[in-house]
Amino acid sequence: MASAEIGLRRAAPARDLLRLATAGSVDDGKSTLIGRLLHDSRAIADDQLAAIEQASRRRGGQALDLALLTDGLRAEREQGITIDVAYRHFATARRRFVLADTPGHVQYTRNMVTGVSTADAAIVLIDARSGVLEQTRRHVAIVALMRVPHLIVAVNKMDLVAFDEARFNEIATAVDAIARGLGVLDTTAIPLSALLGDNVVERSRAMPWYDGPPLLEHLEAVEVEPEADDDRLRLPVQWVIRGTTASDPDYRAYAGRVEVGRIQAGQRVVALPGGIATTVHAIDTFDGSLDEAARGSSVAVRLADPLDLGRGGMIAAEADPPAPASRVDAIACWFDAKPVRPGSRYLVQHTTRVVRAVVERVDHRLDLETLGPDGSANALGPNDIGHLHLRLADPIFADGYAVSRATGSAILIDEATHSTVAALLVEIEHRPSVHSSSSSKRE
Amino acid sequence: MTVAARTTPPVPTRSRVGGHLAMLEAEAVHIFREAAAVFERPALLFSGGKDSLILLRLAEKAFRPGPFPFPILHIDTGHNFDEILPFRDRRVAELGERLIVASVQASLDAGRVSEEPGYDPSRNRLQTATLLDAIAEHGFDALFGGGRRDEEKARAKERIFSHRDAFGAWDPRNQRPELWSLYNGRLHKGEHMRVFPISNWTELDVWGYIAAERLEVPSMYFAHEREVVRRDGMWLAVSDFVHPREGEEVATLTVRYRTVGDMSCTGAVVSGARTLDEVIDEVAAARLTERGATRADDAFSEAAMEDRKREGYF
Repeated sequence: MASAEIGLRRAAPARDLLRLATAGSVDDGKSTLIGRLLHDSRAIADDQLAAIEQASRRRGGQALDLALLTDGLRAEREQGITIDVAYRHFATARRRFVLADTPGHVQYTRNMVTGVSTADAAIVLIDARSGVLEQTRRHVAIVALMRVPHLIVAVNKMDLVAFDEARFNEIATAVDAIARGLGVLDTTAIPLSALLGDNVVERSRAMPWYDGPPLLEHLEAVEVEPEADDDRLRLPVQWVIRGTTASDPDYRAYAGRVEVGRIQAGQRVVALPGGIATTVHAIDTFDGSLDEAARGSSVAVRLADPLDLGRGGMIAAEADPPAPASRVDAIACWFDAKPVRPGSRYLVQHTTRVVRAVVERVDHRLDLETLGPDGSANALGPNDIGHLHLRLADPIFADGYAVSRATGSAILIDEATHSTVAALLVEIEHRPSVHSSSSSKRE
Repeated sequence: MTVAARTTPPVPTRSRVGGHLAMLEAEAVHIFREAAAVFERPALLFSGGKDSLILLRLAEKAFRPGPFPFPILHIDTGHNFDEILPFRDRRVAELGERLIVASVQASLDAGRVSEEPGYDPSRNRLQTATLLDAIAEHGFDALFGGGRRDEEKARAKERIFSHRDAFGAWDPRNQRPELWSLYNGRLHKGEHMRVFPISNWTELDVWGYIAAERLEVPSMYFAHEREVVRRDGMWLAVSDFVHPREGEEVATLTVRYRTVGDMSCTGAVVSGARTLDEVIDEVAAARLTERGATRADDAFSEAAMEDRKREGYF
């Protein structure tokens, strides 16, 4: 079995990881595109292909139905629909990809919001024949709202418009205008045919006028940017490690992941909620101590002074800690069948902190095409997006979602059913300087 | 407790895990710490296989120099490959952690389950009853498992914190949305959570990590000679649980295993990969999934895994 294709996908340490999400309906050829990406990057194994071939035949189809690859649940295969977010994994010589595949129909808002919440890049599909639809505007709006750093517009089925350059340019220009208007940071449009494989993995010969990279090559090159990293360290405490080591019989460290900025040994920090200033004594890992740990690192921090700090607390840079907020304005993506109204009570889970909350106001719903208020409603129902004003029993230490997805996000939990009923995007105006100046939305 | 036992020589300052593996490791450590903090009585499911060995290493990364805030739980089918139990006991002793063994044989003896019909029956499905009994007996509210989304298409839709109702059942159509890295761990009495820290890892990532961490894994993962019998399109090891029948092809071949499970349904692959590098090359070039190549239990229907998971399987 050790074949001639040795070394194709070795786990090379220099390779990084890109989290992707896709949006679009079956009609746009999304399943075909994903199937094509997985197939052409050799992430589909022979036994999986054989199972799909068998299933395609049983359903009376002639061609290989690549949608069967992503529809993993019995009900999905029986009903020919996609129910939920599925996660796919593939790799090229340059990168590892985690792809969240979200269905484009019922409850698409809930699923798409979930799928793109962790994404570095989102692919929105457009059928070249139909161009920009209402659905496209909504998909782009969710990408903008959730602050996915990169938007990739896959203009599919170019074979059905005779690979026409003018048609592609028309669509690309229209989407770019929408994306700019909504505040998407980076947009790239690619003309392709998922069915024929043009510009997916292989460069298309039918579109010599297109001088950009095929989709996969673009995905390999997309930069995984740090989020507006500065000196604003945020390390929510998950767990306190206590133990005994050779040098420290009374070892105590605050374990957590650096969610914003970086942490350095010797750095001045404050421990929240107490607000007491101290110094980072050591940054520990199982493999030894570090001088510095960047965003995304899971570490254990020893502080110079003994403090009352535990789960739900946060270590932040002394120069610029988040202000504790016990009233919060947030955009809510509502998931639950039971609508939210003024007076509704929930739990807010923000980083490692869970506090009780009451909804004081439901300000308005958002028009999902413009991201502006649609002027209606003092209630939000399933798949609605709108503005909430919450009063909290205890403060949280949040940043605006616009500057930090990790410390600007939260979920709402129904205390009775334990369901996750909404995603919250905290709205706090970003302070331009490192030095604190309190904003009107903070307390 | 004393300084954490390490199986590899202490690395002076920095891990050799780099690139995307470092990102996957940091994510897994974050998940471990979240679950340990949120649940009152978690346990870590250990099978002796590579994925659960990785969980043990990740737990060291998450909690050392402290003790693990949970015991290690082995659901023992009794159909073990020879080296697995000694390997398990050695690893647990090195870690200095607590091991709980729940045995399918005990469930059979107590009349809780009966052997499946047929020749050389597998105990794979019976494990579910033993597992659910152990959960009830010890009052576990969360179990760490080594499940990965690349293994199987039902798993591809499963959450990292995956809810189980009071009957241990998974309801794939009614899963909690999982956003950012905010995991909702709230439970009603009697329910529990399965937690999958390496959800986003692939088989190749697992081997890359074993290499970077110099983790010891059972020798059956590397090529060796073994007497095997051809059954259900797989090579099964001839053993106390697998008896060749008249007309079945028996051969002594150079094989290795891609998964470790019940001997009566875990197939070997013909392979000459004797070193880590050779295994990694082989996995990279493999044209079959690890379950497709080695698990008779998944070959029954398109939804075999989904159905077992709904019943409370791993």
